[in-house]
Amino acid sequence: MVLIFLAVKFPPVKAIVTVMPKPSVLDPQGAATAEAMKHLGLESVGTVRVGKSIEIELPDGTAESKLHAIAKDLLSNPVIEDYTLQMG
Amino acid sequence: MKFAVIRFPGSNCDQDCLLTLNAMPGATAEAVWHKDSSLAGFDTVILPGGFSYGDYLRCGAIARFSPIMQAVKEFASAGGTVVGICNGFQILCESGLLPGALVRNRGLHFICEQTPIRVEHHNSGLTNATSTGTVLNIPIAHGEGCYFADDATLNDLKRNGQILLRYCDSRGRTNEAGNPNGSCDHIAGIRNRAGNVYGLMPHPERACDPLLGSTDGKILFESLLAWPSSPLRPAA
Repeated sequence: MVLIFLAVKFPPVKAIVTVMPKPSVLDPQGAATAEAMKHLGLESVGTVRVGKSIEIELPDGTAESKLHAIAKDLLSNPVIEDYTLQMG
Repeated sequence: MKFAVIRFPGSNCDQDCLLTLNAMPGATAEAVWHKDSSLAGFDTVILPGGFSYGDYLRCGAIARFSPIMQAVKEFASAGGTVVGICNGFQILCESGLLPGALVRNRGLHFICEQTPIRVEHHNSGLTNATSTGTVLNIPIAHGEGCYFADDATLNDLKRNGQILLRYCDSRGRTNEAGNPNGSCDHIAGIRNRAGNVYGLMPHPERACDPLLGSTDGKILFESLLAWPSSPLRPAA
């Protein structure tokens, strides 16, 4: 019997969590940014909302549910923010 | 009364809290490091102001997962008195021990000034030595002090008498001019439903020495000292 051990290197996976303020929350940072855009020639700019993007490198096979838990508990504050998760 | 003043990496109002409390008759205060796991022997827990973890991600977002917070949660569940000042208030909201959240000041500026706040209910651990309607001049120093909660939560807070302090003008009126940071309903300080966890953005520990311009903060600490034997305290 020949046992063949295969050492396979799984590449890391990148997950991206985008966190945005909830529409019901006032975003003065977004408003100030919109004002600045007007001064840069975009006079008819509409609503601007400012959030953050968190890129996470993980070993392949990480459960998506674990990432959702971390997105809800740490990366975003559900009282004032919504998040979206993009895997891979 | 033995006070624990929790020290997170980046806390910077811990010394003021320790100095102020240790100078009050009947009070002793000790710093507790965020990696400790026990609050045994303490009567009241203070989460002081500062910039824990550099305010990274969101103010208080990372401090809320510090090892000591497990002990703080258990202490609060058992009915112990917990007071979060400024960053401490932010940490308590992030950890779910208080409702709502603190977001960026409406005007985007960091505000450092003495501001009048009005006592809304005097039947609490934080306010029992004052009276409802009293105006206190206490400094604020924050960039993310705007209290936010959705309408359902705000209605609950009002209905249950959880709003303890409101920003007001020098004549005690709540209005836009008297609200430095845009907080919903001019909210400067609240308590939880059970009435043992408190959060406020103003710094009472900076208003206990005449040298700093106001001693109005003293009465809030005196309230904490008087609370265990206060006739206003609900029967256990």
